[in-house]
Amino acid sequence: METKLKDTLREKKPAILKRWFDVIMETYPTEAAGFLKGTKNRFTSPVGYTIYEGIDGLIDGLIREVPFEELSPLLDSIIKIRAVQKFSPSQAVAFIFHLKRIVNEELQNMSDAHGVIDAAALSEFGSKIDTLALISFDIYMESREKVYELKASEARKRAFRLLQRESQLYEMQEKERSDFVITNLLREENQLYGMQGQDPNIETTNLK
Amino acid sequence: MAKTPKPEELSKIDYKLPEKGWMDTPVEFKEGMYCHGARPQYLETVDFPNPRQWSSKKDEDWKLPENWKEIVLNGMKERLEKYRSFRLFMDICVRCGACADKCQFFLGTGDPKNMPVLRAELIRSVYKRYFTASGKMLGKLAGGRELTLDVLKEWWYYFYQCSECRRCSVFCPYGIDQAEITMIGREILNLLGLNTDWIAGPVANSYMRGNHLGLEPHTIKSNFDFMAEDIEEVTGIKVEPTFNRKGAEILFVAPSGDFFGDPGTYTCMGYLMLFHELGLDYTWSTYASEGGNFGSFTSMEMGKRLNYKIYAEAKRLGVKWILGGECGHMWRVVNQYMDTWNGPADFLEVPVSPITGTRFENAKSTKMVHIAEFTADLIKHGKLKLDPSRNDHLKVTFHDSCNTARGMGILDEPRYILKNVLNHFYEMPEETIREKTFCCGSGSGLNAAENMELRLRGGFPRANAVKYVHQKYGVNMLTNICAIDRAALPTLMNYWVPGVDVAGVHELVANALVMKGEKERTQDLRLEPLPEKVGAENV
Ligand code: SF4
Ligand code: SF4
Repeated sequence: METKLKDTLREKKPAILKRWFDVIMETYPTEAAGFLKGTKNRFTSPVGYTIYEGIDGLIDGLIREVPFEELSPLLDSIIKIRAVQKFSPSQAVAFIFHLKRIVNEELQNMSDAHGVIDAAALSEFGSKIDTLALISFDIYMESREKVYELKASEARKRAFRLLQRESQLYEMQEKERSDFVITNLLREENQLYGMQGQDPNIETTNLK
Repeated sequence: MAKTPKPEELSKIDYKLPEKGWMDTPVEFKEGMYCHGARPQYLETVDFPNPRQWSSKKDEDWKLPENWKEIVLNGMKERLEKYRSFRLFMDICVRCGACADKCQFFLGTGDPKNMPVLRAELIRSVYKRYFTASGKMLGKLAGGRELTLDVLKEWWYYFYQCSECRRCSVFCPYGIDQAEITMIGREILNLLGLNTDWIAGPVANSYMRGNHLGLEPHTIKSNFDFMAEDIEEVTGIKVEPTFNRKGAEILFVAPSGDFFGDPGTYTCMGYLMLFHELGLDYTWSTYASEGGNFGSFTSMEMGKRLNYKIYAEAKRLGVKWILGGECGHMWRVVNQYMDTWNGPADFLEVPVSPITGTRFENAKSTKMVHIAEFTADLIKHGKLKLDPSRNDHLKVTFHDSCNTARGMGILDEPRYILKNVLNHFYEMPEETIREKTFCCGSGSGLNAAENMELRLRGGFPRANAVKYVHQKYGVNMLTNICAIDRAALPTLMNYWVPGVDVAGVHELVANALVMKGEKERTQDLRLEPLPEKVGAENV
């Protein structure tokens, strides 16, 4: 990155960080934002803290031009939170684009004393942010898949010993029997508890 | 052409509330945040009102009786008269806000109606309108509001987003206990048949067959056979538990989750090994085969009905006292309600440990001892031979379950046990443990699958503290003394802190327990290889 842009971003970092954080937290209901915005205590304000630390690290990393793999865990910590907050995929990663806008605005606001920033350098910086957005999208999808996987695997784990028992009873081939038992058990569980996200009353499955 | 929204517009859509006050903002049912409605046959099994097919999704007809409003208001009236605490909690909140950011569901969702103060206000506003003079006259000006269908749906949505964990009450200068308000709120909802399927199912099963899944005696027995086989493989010792044995000295009651679901089964193997080693004269029951009590998440009356079987079975079998396993809400029920509901258990004796002679004065009324107290007492008296190095592959932290910590004050016993059976123990930060512990996010019957997002969000503050000790000390095992924890925390860890496993305390006790006549152990209870002994190759 061009040194001039780097220096300027460094100088502007506190302002950028504050604006970025505020804009993300603004998306919470007004009554809540005040409480959630706390960033001091990692444990009693976990959402505010995690987001703050995450975006702080992201800005730093972008300026220092660290490889994207190092930025990934930071994105991960933020996006995992958003992935269970029922955003649409685009809403979940939109926060990344705020950074672009804020940086542009901050640079525009600069006094002439700083001179002109090379347009090419700026656009290179912008495309890095785009890459972050793409990575974010992947993380978001992974997290969502994980949620679905957890729903299914929990049912299996909870009934592990029942599976074991059934499988002995039927003495089938290893593969065949576990498939058989799992299908049956899940069906049974489905009926018992309406697992797998189906409303038991809509499906009208019935134990009787 | 439609205008493409800017990113900042997009990200605002979903969760910014309209600028209206909370009272006028109707509840929005968000996918993943609520459970299915209870199916009719479950309600019929326990003679609950209004059994019918219904869906809890918003906008659908909930098929309520015509006079539902009257039923609710009468229900409130009755409970205001019966429970002084309820009326007090309705009257004394000064809106100081001390509780506002103490609920993990608020911290994880950012939804203001998950602030304890506002959760209470959902029902308090109706109390004001119908049961106070100012509210009757001034209505909204005095904080009152009409009871409408929207209000009812809001109750249902938010009283099933509270895990009755009591964390907020620790910080309230007046000790207002939102858990009790939620319990009463749910009780009133149940007058209209408004339970969740996940709670109503275990209630019906427990009522008919004694445990949540409705396991019958032969199934329970054969699950134990499997565990006994694994124990024999690990130790070379054959444990022979008895069931429904008359004349045993002690009846042991555990949460049924420990019978069939991992990692609870390892905890159960731990109980079996410990009792075998002690030569304890005890029996399991296939009738009182559930320590948990989903009835207590439904109504006081249902909690009482399910709880009754424990004393009934103790009486039938003629035992002297009752020992209880690692369960959370079972102990809240025992500690707070059992005595008034179904006591006094005069036919039992004050529990005395047959091994140490310790008389458990704290249990002299209920006659029921928590296994953490029992085992801590054994260790204190040097009655167990322990080899903590067998747990050297584990870096362990302890999650205080809300019910045992805040509901009955069992804080030190499990820690004392853990420090004696393993070498690497690390506490999570002080503001997240003991009486300030964060809930797993799945308590009070919220551990269904369809509300996974709620659970993951409510469990985030807990997971966040685990992540800290995981990163700082390499913690890889999260221990607890609660069956719902053992079912829910693995999922929570899998999402937020991969690399951390979950175990009951007695699993680790049994790992370390040196048993008479055992073979040299090479595996832990999970049949994983034990860590190499330092310097073993030089011996
Ligand atoms: S009892 Fe627990 S879950 Fe319920 S409002 Fe209080 S802190 Fe939240
Ligand atoms: S801390 Fe107690 S008095 Fe204060 S707002 Fe909360 S419930 Fe009301």
